Amino acid sequence: MKLKQLAHARQDYSYGFLDEFAKRELRRRMLKAIALPGYQVPYASRELPIARGWGTGGLQVTLSLAGPRDTIKVIDQGADDSVNAANLRRFIARMTGVETTDDTLRATIIQSRHRIPEERLREGQVLVLQVPDPEPLRHVQPDIAKARAMHADADYAQVWLGLYEQLVRFGRFMNGASYPVIVHNRYLMSPSPIPRWDTPDLHQAAHLTLLSAGREKRLYAVPPYTDVRPVEFEDVFFAVEDQRGRICMLSSARNKFMDELPQPDGSSRFRISDTGYVAKLLKPDQAERGATYYDDDGRFYIEGFIKNNTAV
Amino acid sequence: MILLPQLVQTTPLLRVSGLHKRYGAVVAVEDVALDLYPGETVGIVGESGSGKSTVLRLLNLEEPPDTGTYQLDIAGYVADNIFALDRLRRRELQLRHIGIVYQNPHHGLRMRVSSSGNVAERLIMAGERRFATLRSAARASLAVSEFPLERLDDLPARLSGGMQQRVQLAKAIALKPALLLLDEPTTGLDVSVQALVIDTLLRLRRERQIATLIVSHDLGVIRTLSDRVLVMRRGQVSSAGLTEPGARRPRNTRIHSN
Repeated sequence: MKLKQLAHARQDYSYGFLDEFAKRELRRRMLKAIALPGYQVPYASRELPIARGWGTGGLQVTLSLAGPRDTIKVIDQGADDSVNAANLRRFIARMTGVETTDDTLRATIIQSRHRIPEERLREGQVLVLQVPDPEPLRHVQPDIAKARAMHADADYAQVWLGLYEQLVRFGRFMNGASYPVIVHNRYLMSPSPIPRWDTPDLHQAAHLTLLSAGREKRLYAVPPYTDVRPVEFEDVFFAVEDQRGRICMLSSARNKFMDELPQPDGSSRFRISDTGYVAKLLKPDQAERGATYYDDDGRFYIEGFIKNNTAV
Repeated sequence: MILLPQLVQTTPLLRVSGLHKRYGAVVAVEDVALDLYPGETVGIVGESGSGKSTVLRLLNLEEPPDTGTYQLDIAGYVADNIFALDRLRRRELQLRHIGIVYQNPHHGLRMRVSSSGNVAERLIMAGERRFATLRSAARASLAVSEFPLERLDDLPARLSGGMQQRVQLAKAIALKPALLLLDEPTTGLDVSVQALVIDTLLRLRRERQIATLIVSHDLGVIRTLSDRVLVMRRGQVSSAGLTEPGARRPRNTRIHSN
């Protein structure tokens, strides 16, 4: 037998673009992140043929996880067809040969920017979230070294002081996307800029969530069935965005997270932000639709988890 | 030196001995010893650079001394040298048992957080997570320091100097500390405002009986507020004694009475 027969043919790129050492490093960092839910693990963020800030963190995680048997869905603000999502999907497919899909339930890995799909993810699925800024204490402590000491001491009083100030000044919590959460009763975590609507989805989720910031070189994780609680007071509660009264212009569905489309006459029309789910709603076959995090009346599937029903 | 009989019988709340601190070639504090009894108010006077503020910073655990022992008669800390505590216990002690008011409100307050928020912060740090409780506790503490409650939620940057000191005071006493440290609390205030702040401090002393250490170069303030006085000079305690009401200038003429 000759050496040529044993070695594989010359390739222009490693499988999944990243070299084997980089993929191994990332996998080890992910294991560490899973072992310490919510803890930011530093990693050597590699150069990729897309710019920092365009999802390089999520892309590296996806590339080092994907194998030939995976099915991948990539979304950007809920849309499968945005330029960013389409480019990332094509790149991942070319570099790993995986199958791609728009169907949340069929995907094994879902890479997402700023949204969690409306349909409930199940065990075995991996959600990869692209993170612009992993540090939830940035606003209260700009010094990273001091912020890390605060994480080490679980010294999160400043976050509640921020909530107190919001209530005093505005009468409600003002955080929009990226609402800080406490993971596993320990670490304060930024869930990436997902809307408040999606934040409860992480609590006791059946799937694994990996969050990765390529520019900041940090990744962290929420393992399956982990407590993820939004920061709130014991007598003033976290609330999700109010979707009542909004009707999807395509599917006539209600109580899902909507994109607002301003009209020339000053009014607004609404469209469900999760395009994969809208496509399913438009098909006559209901069997393909999975259970959603919020039902048609806007009730979250874990009863009592969202204590504030008067959504803002 | 004569001490009041009741003070002799009780154990001191605070006992510091052999305190040394130097910054490079400058000896800031040299072999300072100090006892503070429960409910007592002690003043430290001295010219600028005599080390009195450094003593206060050391007692507030803001920086470590070169040598020295520091004992507090507070449950859970009786057997410890406070200077040797680990970071977490030091923070816990500082939070729950020591209150401090600085001369410059910028040191003691968050200028971009409302006055009530500044006070509530102490309670949040101590683990309180009920908004209604935080609100009422902040209001109560500000009321004790005679802060005008209609300005509860104003930013400290928009308050007058005297009000800023009252917010600092409310913050310092929010968790009912055993030890109150006042670093030139009235310096830089208008004389009439000074008098009002001193009135508040006197009333607080009467009602709460917190052991208090006041640093000032203003003998008038010390005379009004404290039971005993220590005079510091070049980092050392040069003399100590009871404050007599209406005492005239002490014999040590090196002190500026301003």
